Amino acid sequence: MCGIVGLFLKNAALEPQLGHLTGLMLHEMRDRGPDSAGFAVYAAPSPGLTKLCLVARSPLDWAALARRTGVAIGAEIIVETLEDHAIFSTRGDGDAARRFLIDEVREATVLSQGRSIEIYKGVGDPDRISARLGLAQKAGSHAIGHTRMATESAVTIAGSHPFSTGLDTCLVHNGSLSNHNRLRETLVRHGERFQTENDSEVAAAYLAFRMKQGDSLEEALAGALEALDGFYTFVVGTEYGFAVLRDPIACKPAVLAETEDWVAFGSEFRALAPLPGVEHARIWEPAPATVYAWTRAA
Amino acid sequence: MMRTQRTAEVSSPWIDLDLAALSIRTVNQRLHDAPEGRFRIRSPRGAHALAAGLTTPLAVRIEGHVGYYCAGMNQLATVVVAGNASTGLAENMMSGLVHVEGDASQSAGASGCGGLLVIGGNAAARCGISLRGLNIVVKGSVGHMSAFMAQAGNLVVLGDAGDALGDSIYEARLFVRGTVKSLGADCVEKPMTGEHLAGLSRLLEAAGLAGKVEAASFKRYGSARRLYHFHIDNLGSY
Repeated sequence: MCGIVGLFLKNAALEPQLGHLTGLMLHEMRDRGPDSAGFAVYAAPSPGLTKLCLVARSPLDWAALARRTGVAIGAEIIVETLEDHAIFSTRGDGDAARRFLIDEVREATVLSQGRSIEIYKGVGDPDRISARLGLAQKAGSHAIGHTRMATESAVTIAGSHPFSTGLDTCLVHNGSLSNHNRLRETLVRHGERFQTENDSEVAAAYLAFRMKQGDSLEEALAGALEALDGFYTFVVGTEYGFAVLRDPIACKPAVLAETEDWVAFGSEFRALAPLPGVEHARIWEPAPATVYAWTRAA
Repeated sequence: MMRTQRTAEVSSPWIDLDLAALSIRTVNQRLHDAPEGRFRIRSPRGAHALAAGLTTPLAVRIEGHVGYYCAGMNQLATVVVAGNASTGLAENMMSGLVHVEGDASQSAGASGCGGLLVIGGNAAARCGISLRGLNIVVKGSVGHMSAFMAQAGNLVVLGDAGDALGDSIYEARLFVRGTVKSLGADCVEKPMTGEHLAGLSRLLEAAGLAGKVEAASFKRYGSARRLYHFHIDNLGSY
């Protein structure tokens, strides 16, 4: 069992409240996933800058790591820290920075890379994680959150969701995949980099790989129906998009709701109950093996 | 086919219980302690196990969407949900009436033994799984694997049925007015006799559909009885 929430704003006036509303939703899903939690927030990008979100595996000097990374990629890195997380921003080659950090730095995990995406995660009570990492204060256009009850791999920060391996793309998963080891090997041969043994990271990497090959989000998810074996409800974010997919058996719960102001996902209706205007929302259970996707203007 | 319903006195006043102020346990305890009466539950906000385990002829109206296992194990009570219901609605229901005005998520009426479950909207996957005598009327459509291993009772669907309807079914009766995407193992279409039409008409009437929906507009599905009977030709498979 895990809990998923997602909020995709259509009304820009709500953007300052994105983190606050996501926090209320995540709070409702605490008991579905009490061992760890995480969230991705899509914030307004700064022109020309790539952001890498990092979390420390062991105590480290972020400023020193930023200097090392800067030397490795030949560009300046600006550092912001928050608790055990850091955001490295650069006008240099973000791909090279991610590659360097994954291959050469054992003390940190790269959570995300992109113009807009920021991912934060932790182990323990979801409410404490939200509070510690300031979820309620974060603004943006869309957010995806996850509360985890681990089944397939260890309870670690790196094993918490969301997973992100491609630019501005992230995935959260409720369920378990049975063919992830073979698929991981295939994706590694195509140059994908993995940081955990987690099955959900493979799903994230599969979608990122397909979109790098030119697929749209919808096409990549349609491919996932063929490529992934197992149980899943996925919620996926891209810089401008938001999507939901359930496996053909559809054991893992899912509720979607939409108003003129937002689209929201919850593992259960409880997660949607705190949203403004939910009493007038169109509410439905997403059908099995059906891609639901929304896109906002670039 | 139908069991007699006893409902609360119409004259008794509504007692309001608001989950904005009371815990789920408190609300359920108030219901369990009442031999009779009418209760209106406000602010459910998707809470689980609301009005579960009732054993007396209460009238309960829940004003909003409910979470898992609402009205589970119900005996004698009438529970109306003015909203949608999550997984396991009225699971293992024994008697009484449960009526959800909106949609129901998966496994609605699972293992139900008796009474009537009415779903005003659609029911998701596995509606009436392992049905054991409960009657279910769904005004919309049902998802895949509905009436899986159903043993007794009736599932009436005014809309369509998803994949594998009635897979591994025993003796339950399935009536579908719309299309069936596919039939499950050992589930077949069967002729609609006078007995079936009469029984279906009674169920439609009980669900408030008398004069609105014709029993003759349904098709009947049930067990081919090839799967659950011992067959000597299958000896090597046992």
